[in-house]
Amino acid sequence: MSTTTKLDLAGSAPAQAAPAKPRRGLRGSPAYAFWLFTGPFLIGLAIFVYAPILWSLWLSFFEARFTVTPDKFVGFDNYVYMLTNDDFVGSLGTFTVFAAFIVPTTWALSLGLALLVNRMRFMRAFFRSVFFLPTAVSYVAAALIWKMSIFSGVRFGLMNTVLGWFGIENIAWLIDPNPPWYWLVIVTARLWLQSGFYMILFIAALQNIPDELYEAAAIDGAKSGWQTFRYITLPQLRATSTAVILLLLIAAYQAFDEFFNLLSKTTWGRPPLVELYYKALGESQDYGAGSAGALILTVLICAVTLLQGKIMGFGRGEESK
Amino acid sequence: MSASSNMNWDRRNVLRAAMGLAAAGGLAACGGNNGRGGGSGSGTNLTQMFHAYGEAGTEQAIKKYAKAYKEANVTTQWITSADFESKLFSALLTKNAPDLFEFHPQIQMVKSGQVADLTDIIDPVKDDFNPADIKSHTVDGKIYGVRMIDDPQFFFYRKSMLEKAKVEVPTTLDELMEAAAKLTTGKVKGLYMGNDLHSVINPMIWSAGADTLNEKNEIAYHTPGVVEGIKKMRKLFTSGDLLLGAPTESWDPSSFNQGLCAIQFCGMWAMPAIQDALGDDWGVFPFPKTVDSGKQSVYNGGWSMFVNAKGKNVDAAKEYVKWLWIDQKQYQEDWATSYGFHIPPRTSLAKTADKLKSGNAAEGVRLFNEFGHFDNIGWTQAMITALEDVFANSVRKSMDPEKALDKADAAVNRELKKLFG
Repeated sequence: MSTTTKLDLAGSAPAQAAPAKPRRGLRGSPAYAFWLFTGPFLIGLAIFVYAPILWSLWLSFFEARFTVTPDKFVGFDNYVYMLTNDDFVGSLGTFTVFAAFIVPTTWALSLGLALLVNRMRFMRAFFRSVFFLPTAVSYVAAALIWKMSIFSGVRFGLMNTVLGWFGIENIAWLIDPNPPWYWLVIVTARLWLQSGFYMILFIAALQNIPDELYEAAAIDGAKSGWQTFRYITLPQLRATSTAVILLLLIAAYQAFDEFFNLLSKTTWGRPPLVELYYKALGESQDYGAGSAGALILTVLICAVTLLQGKIMGFGRGEESK
Repeated sequence: MSASSNMNWDRRNVLRAAMGLAAAGGLAACGGNNGRGGGSGSGTNLTQMFHAYGEAGTEQAIKKYAKAYKEANVTTQWITSADFESKLFSALLTKNAPDLFEFHPQIQMVKSGQVADLTDIIDPVKDDFNPADIKSHTVDGKIYGVRMIDDPQFFFYRKSMLEKAKVEVPTTLDELMEAAAKLTTGKVKGLYMGNDLHSVINPMIWSAGADTLNEKNEIAYHTPGVVEGIKKMRKLFTSGDLLLGAPTESWDPSSFNQGLCAIQFCGMWAMPAIQDALGDDWGVFPFPKTVDSGKQSVYNGGWSMFVNAKGKNVDAAKEYVKWLWIDQKQYQEDWATSYGFHIPPRTSLAKTADKLKSGNAAEGVRLFNEFGHFDNIGWTQAMITALEDVFANSVRKSMDPEKALDKADAAVNRELKKLFG
């Protein structure tokens, strides 16, 4: 692709630009435009997504330790190892719990924030920005703030200081898994980080709801508040809600950063990606087993996404309203 | 020339130019930033990888040594990451792998051909090295790494706090637990062994009279003494006398220096920083006996230089290792005693290192010699992780130690089978 581009560049320097000509063969054809626009993305997709997946597929049938060019074929051994590994299978459970919790909470919180901000008479832009800003913070940075200053286990950690005012003993939030306070840390960090972004999506959708609907409802005697919210606002937000839930699920699948940084050296609270990293890719360098696990995960994600599309009707466009 | 067609061409050209730039930029990004620097004309370029030492001046020191070397242009990668192992291992698989790097002796790197045989540069001075440091780097008669520093690890305690609480220096794990309880007050926790307690795993095993692997490279840690030790650690973990969730890990003496705890597990390297913060109000003691039949122990950790056998400049890298870590004794002494305290693995240097001859430093050297256990090259990262999981499951969580150890056995045996057949 890039060679073609270069040749064209040389051949059509602005100085030579001739008066309008009729569109010429290849350049004018829709196929040319199609490849011009999709080509770079297809190449990127092939190099950075499909090639690694195929390479993983190949690796997963080999004993690939400390190398990505192995030569010892082991058949399905790596798959058996990963699927009989309690930790890996358990991490799928961890993810389910995490997703079941974080998706509805973020959905509710961002919708709530959107309704509040949308109702504001003044300083709306200010609050919109304030709630949106955390989106710009990196997960790693936020995880470190949560770990080292807010939920630090020592007496001068923010939460422990507050609890200390009420005479409550220091809590080692992230170190002692019993009771599992670490979920509080992870969930609050994620809520803070991502709610603002989904709030913006909801605000946009709220502003798209025509006022006539509310006026008509008022004339028909609907009480403003819960009734209009339940029968007008919520149904009107259906398309946005579906998209938000799908995006949230994908984000939950990709959970890695905050788990990795907040819960180092644990055997609990590991979503599949973190588990894979520890089991196979990080220190143990077992790329065969790691690839097998990654492919199992890929298949699962595809299945769940397709199923969700079927149930929630995402992508059916206008009908879904 | 109609205006509209002109605009049309302009737009297309702009688009093409933008795409060409984007493509070229992408390709350039692939080739650039390989950490090898510009090359100052002296020919060979070498890259070395170090984990970030906590002591001030260490990074500058390593770069100063590198700059003094005339035969090649040596660039340093200073990895400020909690998991240096992962960074190193994955870097070694790529084209940007460092030519030389520091690490601990682990046999899988030898078996997979990642580290070069350094026997020829070490052999002439072999007798001047601590024999244990040679042994721990030797596989089948070949020596694969040059030890730079030995780092004994033990407990540091505040003399005044122990006196005030009328606590003797503990020699058994039970006494340590009792001491931790007595030393815990409203603001100070009795004991700190790191947030994950992982740095005391090996000492706890040795002090229980067990070992990681035996001479025949079979599991030697799964003993009743170790099970009892794990149960005691669990008791300690839930006692409320341990400092947990501290901002710094146990390799950093800050928690001890700031008075967050009365006793902390740390390493010899921290001595100068502790001396600065606490004056003479501190002492050291080895890991106490886990069970009565055991013996106190000290982990003689440390760092060694290795040469990437798959690198482009193996010979030049070996030359550099020889120049700095074998020939340049004044740099070796500087590295061992000017920042943190480390014991030089060279016998001749250890004899002349005056800073290690008095006070607590001398006591550290005594513990190193009397109670020390060195790295076992057959004990690899995957096995280390397996025992860390035992601590996570049975000390921080309440899994039955036998069950957790069985699980570790499976993982360790899988490794052993791959390494030794």
